[in-house]
Amino acid sequence: MAKLRTLYDKIWDDHVVDVQPDGSCLLYIDRHLVHEVTSPQAFEGLRMAGRKVRAPEKTLLVVDHNVPTTAEARSHVVDPESKAQIAQLAQNASDFGLEYYDAFDKRQGIVHIIGPEQGFTLPGTTIVCGDSHTSTHGAFGALAHGIGTSEVEHVLATQTLLQSKAKNMRVTVNGKLPAGVTAKDIIMAIIGQIGTAGGTGHVIEFAGEAIRDLSMEGRMTVCNMTIEGGARAGLIAPDEKTFAYLKDRPKAPKGAAWDEAVRYWKTLHSDEGAHFDTEITLDAASLPPIVTWGTSPEDVASIEGVVPRVDDARNDQQKAKIQRALDYMGLKGGEKIADLKVDRVFIGSCTNGRIEDLRAAAKVIEGKKVAAHVNAMVVPGSGLVKDQAEAEGLDKIFVAAGFEWREPGCSMCLAMNPDKLAPGERCASTSNRNFEGRQGFKGRTHLVSPAMAAAAAIAGQFVDIRKWS
Amino acid sequence: MDKFTTLTGVAAPLPITNVDTDMIIPKQYLKTIARTGLGAGLFSEMRFKEDGSENPHFVLNKPAYRKATILVAEDNFGCGSSREHAPWALLDYGIRCVISTSFADIFYNNCFQNGILPAKVSPEDLKKLMDDASRGANATLTVDLERQEIKGPDGGVVKFEIAEFNKHCLLNGLDAIGLTLVKSDKIKSFEDKHNTHAWA
Ligand code: SF4
Repeated sequence: MAKLRTLYDKIWDDHVVDVQPDGSCLLYIDRHLVHEVTSPQAFEGLRMAGRKVRAPEKTLLVVDHNVPTTAEARSHVVDPESKAQIAQLAQNASDFGLEYYDAFDKRQGIVHIIGPEQGFTLPGTTIVCGDSHTSTHGAFGALAHGIGTSEVEHVLATQTLLQSKAKNMRVTVNGKLPAGVTAKDIIMAIIGQIGTAGGTGHVIEFAGEAIRDLSMEGRMTVCNMTIEGGARAGLIAPDEKTFAYLKDRPKAPKGAAWDEAVRYWKTLHSDEGAHFDTEITLDAASLPPIVTWGTSPEDVASIEGVVPRVDDARNDQQKAKIQRALDYMGLKGGEKIADLKVDRVFIGSCTNGRIEDLRAAAKVIEGKKVAAHVNAMVVPGSGLVKDQAEAEGLDKIFVAAGFEWREPGCSMCLAMNPDKLAPGERCASTSNRNFEGRQGFKGRTHLVSPAMAAAAAIAGQFVDIRKWS
Repeated sequence: MDKFTTLTGVAAPLPITNVDTDMIIPKQYLKTIARTGLGAGLFSEMRFKEDGSENPHFVLNKPAYRKATILVAEDNFGCGSSREHAPWALLDYGIRCVISTSFADIFYNNCFQNGILPAKVSPEDLKKLMDDASRGANATLTVDLERQEIKGPDGGVVKFEIAEFNKHCLLNGLDAIGLTLVKSDKIKSFEDKHNTHAWA
């Protein structure tokens, strides 16, 4: 009998070019996404060594991290370094003959949003990008993970990557989500449970009724934050929803090739009884809306919960960690989460900048006004998301409520462009990292779902979305 | 890439868990298109005050540690963003070895691309090394990659883990791309089959 294999095992096996004596493998890479921040030194390396890009058609470039998100600022990037980095990407695209979406292309957007949108991301492929949130593409049953710049150069030159096989971990989320609880809350609850190093050395496959019930957008949100749980890649087996999402996308196979691809994609699931090194289960029905209180994505609390106190710590190391996070966040410990007031609200990023996220937020705020002390913004994840939202009239709902409606990009997810928090500002954010300084020097980030962020903008503080009317 | 064989130098203690790459090198330094010069931004939000002056309490600003070449940190070092600017910044500052109980995967790989040794030790050994590193002017460690050993100022020796292949590349300063290009024929024959798939 053939060995029982997990989904990860199957994709891995299909891409092994060579096995080294120590068991590590040279793995073939099907798709390579490139953005302006982590690639200049890689192209420079190629130039210096006189090397070419091995498979230009398997490489797609887009600018996202640095681009300003207002139309005027986009045309006149003032920051000289940002400007240079953007110009360098365009130069590299033309020097090496690569497809590139610049800031004025309708298809431009956050790298992890445009890959799926274009049908560049396909089940069963290996996908890499010099960006840790490449895990997002695992939602399609692709083996996708972030790499460093030297590895970007390696993939450009050889279309392969030297890899040691990770362990298999399965997170099964059983049951149905309560109303108001979303994909974002699922993944934050998982990270809260396993910790930010819980998935280190593993690829996580997400399974169970609650995962199957998610839309492709929701599945991308879950896989996106897999890296926050320490696992480089997340995976969800492709199914009819996956195929429906991809059908007729510009870069997806067409006609007979599509049928052949779907036949293959249907074999991409873990065999019944395949071995997982680690298994975790969660019950979706018991999950509340989640808000992070600290400076690590594992610092999660229920909207009904309280900020932990230093005295709750189990040991000295934990005590120091909580104290440091409380100090940074301007909290004492013991505050009710629902009493925390926010200054800023950010809806966007590769975690929650897709159309479904904007619909969820618009539904919450329709006919209401942003609290007087709050500055709120919505940044669509791509030009196509923006167009779709405008076609549905979502932009009008946001603007009428007092939100700023922006051009696509990473925006305040990481503050490499003009969008950032001022020191001490407290933000309800739909992004993925609440690290110190992530959204701006001394900025204070609380990670939440789009609906929770929208409600916080109206109320001026966190509220339980399950009780929203 | 420089070889890594043995290193004797001052070890700075950084008793923080989950040191993320945003902390190692904040995003304002990611706008460079060069690999060098990033040492100036290493740990900058802890190293410098808002007005740009040095924070005297941060370990690398203390006289004994200004020339540190080794860092000793708590669990899960290098988590978060994949930015290779983190190892570049460490290297540019002069840090050639980071010692911890565990490292985040992407950061760990990135170290080997840059001749930095990420040494994994047991929690008990980390405690001892953290104590050693806390001795200021006497916080000198000797790291021997061939023997996979770290010797403390009192002569005590602890072992660290590393995969054979990674060790081999570090010891010889090998460039991964050059190694892979030797296998071009294998890649070509793989492609000939693989590229016939409708989905590939
Ligand atoms: S939106 Fe944020 S997490 Fe996503 S790619 Fe951009 S900076 Fe990275």
